[in-house]
Amino acid sequence: MTTALPDSPTVPALDKALPAARRAHAQAVASGSVTAALGVLGVALGLSAVFGAPRHLRIGWLLPLVGVIFDLGPLGGFFVAATGAVSIAVGIYAVGYAQREHWARFPLVMLPLFVAAMLLVPAAGSVTTFLLAWELMAAASLVLVLSEHHRAQVRSAGAFYAVMTQLGFAAILLALVVLSAAGGGDAFATIAAGSGGISGGTRTAVLLLTLMGFGSKAGLLPLHAWLPRAHPEAPSPVSALMSAAMVNMGIYGLIRIDLQILGPGPHWWGLTLMVFGALSAVFGVLQASVATDLKRLLAYSTTENMGLVTLALGAATLLSSYGARQVAAMAMTAALLLILAHAAFKTLAFLGAGSVLAATGLRDLDKLGGLARRMPGTTVMFGIAALGASGLPLGAGFVGEWLLLQSLIHSPHENNTLLALTMPLSVGAVALTTGLGIAAMVKAFGVGFLARPRSAAAQAAREAPTSMMAGMALAAAACGVFAVAPAALGPLLKQVLAALPTVGGNEAGPALGAYLRLPGIPGSMSPGLIAVALVVAVLLALGLGRWGLRHRPAAAVVPLWACGADSLSSKMQYTATSFAEPLQRVFDNVLKPETDVEVTHFAESQYLVEKVTYRTLQADPLEQRLYTPVVRAVTTWAQWVRRAHPGSVHLYLAYGALGLLIVLVISR
Amino acid sequence: MSTTTGLAALATLLQVVAVVAAAPLLVGGMRQVRARLEGRAGGGIGQPWRDLRKLLRKQQITPAGTTVVFGFAPAVVAGTTLLIAAILPLIALGSPLDPAADLFGVVGLLFLGTVALTLAGLDTGTAFGGMGSSREITIAALVEPTIVLAVFALSIPGHSANLAAIVSATADHPGQLVSPGSLLAFVALAIVIIAETGRLPVDNPSTHLELTMIHEAMVLEYSGPKLALVEWASGMRLTVLLGLIANLFLPWGIAGADPSMLAILIGLVAISVKIALLAGVLATVEIFIAKLRYFRIPELLAGSFLLALLAVTASYFFATPTN
Repeated sequence: MTTALPDSPTVPALDKALPAARRAHAQAVASGSVTAALGVLGVALGLSAVFGAPRHLRIGWLLPLVGVIFDLGPLGGFFVAATGAVSIAVGIYAVGYAQREHWARFPLVMLPLFVAAMLLVPAAGSVTTFLLAWELMAAASLVLVLSEHHRAQVRSAGAFYAVMTQLGFAAILLALVVLSAAGGGDAFATIAAGSGGISGGTRTAVLLLTLMGFGSKAGLLPLHAWLPRAHPEAPSPVSALMSAAMVNMGIYGLIRIDLQILGPGPHWWGLTLMVFGALSAVFGVLQASVATDLKRLLAYSTTENMGLVTLALGAATLLSSYGARQVAAMAMTAALLLILAHAAFKTLAFLGAGSVLAATGLRDLDKLGGLARRMPGTTVMFGIAALGASGLPLGAGFVGEWLLLQSLIHSPHENNTLLALTMPLSVGAVALTTGLGIAAMVKAFGVGFLARPRSAAAQAAREAPTSMMAGMALAAAACGVFAVAPAALGPLLKQVLAALPTVGGNEAGPALGAYLRLPGIPGSMSPGLIAVALVVAVLLALGLGRWGLRHRPAAAVVPLWACGADSLSSKMQYTATSFAEPLQRVFDNVLKPETDVEVTHFAESQYLVEKVTYRTLQADPLEQRLYTPVVRAVTTWAQWVRRAHPGSVHLYLAYGALGLLIVLVISR
Repeated sequence: MSTTTGLAALATLLQVVAVVAAAPLLVGGMRQVRARLEGRAGGGIGQPWRDLRKLLRKQQITPAGTTVVFGFAPAVVAGTTLLIAAILPLIALGSPLDPAADLFGVVGLLFLGTVALTLAGLDTGTAFGGMGSSREITIAALVEPTIVLAVFALSIPGHSANLAAIVSATADHPGQLVSPGSLLAFVALAIVIIAETGRLPVDNPSTHLELTMIHEAMVLEYSGPKLALVEWASGMRLTVLLGLIANLFLPWGIAGADPSMLAILIGLVAISVKIALLAGVLATVEIFIAKLRYFRIPELLAGSFLLALLAVTASYFFATPTN
């Protein structure tokens, strides 16, 4: 078809486009299915390590001197299985998403690689292997964040992420090198065996460094700033992987290094974890409740949830250090449940946000709306995720939060002032987090999906393709299981808990049957029974509403009440900004929003207003207070250093000679 | 752990039926008290029932553009309230649902209902709906810490957050009622219940000024049978929450886990009297106070949070070992 008519130039293009589309389809299917297959492998391997014998593998030739050691126990298996499960849903989803968003070949290749790197981290059995896998994971995720590097915001987010993740890596590297030197070996097993001889100062140093490194990966305060930048700018399946699986690695690191290998520590370890956890949870949820960017909101919600997990870890450590091992086991179970629930609902939420983004090109809640009629499937999916994230009954997060609260209120307090003060404050923090989390999720779902569209793009949205829906349905099913039948997780959690003797793991944890029963405490809960009873009660209420049906005229659909005006424009609706305004005002001192109201008057009279411009910017106050000075200092310092290399070869030769002289003097 | 007998299940059923039947009467009674104290004749105690009957016979009207969220929210609110009525120990202790949901579960169900209505308010896409939802959810978010801390304070004496355990611990050790922890928890819980049920000074249930509306703005688009369900549910909410606070702090008269017919009857009378008294006090106090400015409400709630925190720490430090 070389002689195309000039008035129909689309014919050859179409001809060429067809095989290209087919190729793109094949590539997307290949990438997605490899990702999902890796996920299946992860789930299988993880579960076999949890329930079977620990798996050990040494590949001597892969790394010179030390070799690569894999050592998958119950704890690592738990995280491998969770990562695998997330990857299955994301892999299936990515098949449709990559085609719809026209992914280039590079991210398609990197997606399975990222999953593979994440699966290697909890499987690593030595310091070197762990660091190698960690860095692979960081690099792969960075490349994926930069998929849409033609946009300036993506490049900025990528740079931010790169710096923070590498600084975190440096902290972890330092910590593990110190640990391995003190523990007398490279393999974790060797270090754990010799951990009794590690001095208190070394332990403290390792704890603080790992808290920094792993905390930044988990998005804990104050090193959370990369999350609300990188998560929104990354393609949504990648956001889902990062937010639901990668941040868990930070928690894994904390548990593995600090609680399993180094622990048990002094009281202040648990207290530190609790403080960082509570602050992260409250700050994250506050930011989420005023965020207007859907994916930024979800990213802050990740900080919130990881904060809750860390709070639970800290409570377990603290309680265990006071000998309350049964309650500690409850707190640890809560942490594990929260990790799983968060993985499920956050995967679903980010995939749902991805469907919205693919359909409308929008992340701004102020411009969304009305999706319930245009994308009913996605709306239901996001609704399930939002319910899970809000920690209400029938939601995936409920059981974990309930257990966490139970462990906090049942901590023994006889003659213990520290516990008597920490526990009520923690309960308050958890409750405030839940309350604000409900507000944030109502905003995300209510403003984003209900009401009428607030822009033409939202008006023109259409439903996501089947593979994307299938990926989401899988995650939704997991949410459903966590919400009503946590008993299914009982055996898994029991095995993992048993591998954590320093936090009460050898005690009987809470029994997760049809009724959740607490060990040694009269308290129980049955999420499944509540769900059934609620369905019955709602049906009963519907029955009440049918009373007098015979007397009613035929039902009618009429326009909304418009205060007597002709009709309501979609601009009259509440937006996400206005919805969160009361909260923003209540927490003004913490959030420090920048608002700007500009009133223009008519030239004739200054009593008549021509227009009012309202601008509000919700920046992260911590970021501005903490990061800006650091960045400024580094920049200034770099300017000084720059003067030292002006490009003169003579000067460089002098530097070389001087350096050599210094070395000679020192080594003499 | 309580074992459930046939009569206990009957008591639970009776609780639900009584709440459904008495909620409109309670609202009517409170309006009547208020009317008389203001020097008006009032519509009589049965007026809310007559209103419900009227509304239920009206045409079912769906505002254009709303989704199933708007349609089902009234049933969800009413359903969660009915379920709470079945869980709480109002007439007898041994509800078959007691081990299925503790006080945290009850709080969660309460919020589930609130969330359903706020979503319905947003779903209409009107300025009033959004305004009401935004205000309601802000108050709910700020109420949550207090309510959970109050639960914490209450669960300390009985070593459990399950309601039967809390109530029977109070009934067995009435001395604990006058402990500072218990009194502080009572005040904190009373404030959050006022906030949650939208009474003065947080919200004015009889307001007709859009700018001051919270709950009413949110449900402005409801009419006919759906409005009936919303009104009914809000009355039932008030009833069960008053019943909850009554039995948490004054558990006398409640039938045991294995009650006789007579005990159930006494329980029914006792809880009716307690709720009626509390409602009368609430209605009387409401005469003397005005609605707070919206942005002063967080201060009230922060105060109640502090009270709850003090309640917990007080219970911790003055705890007398029971059992």
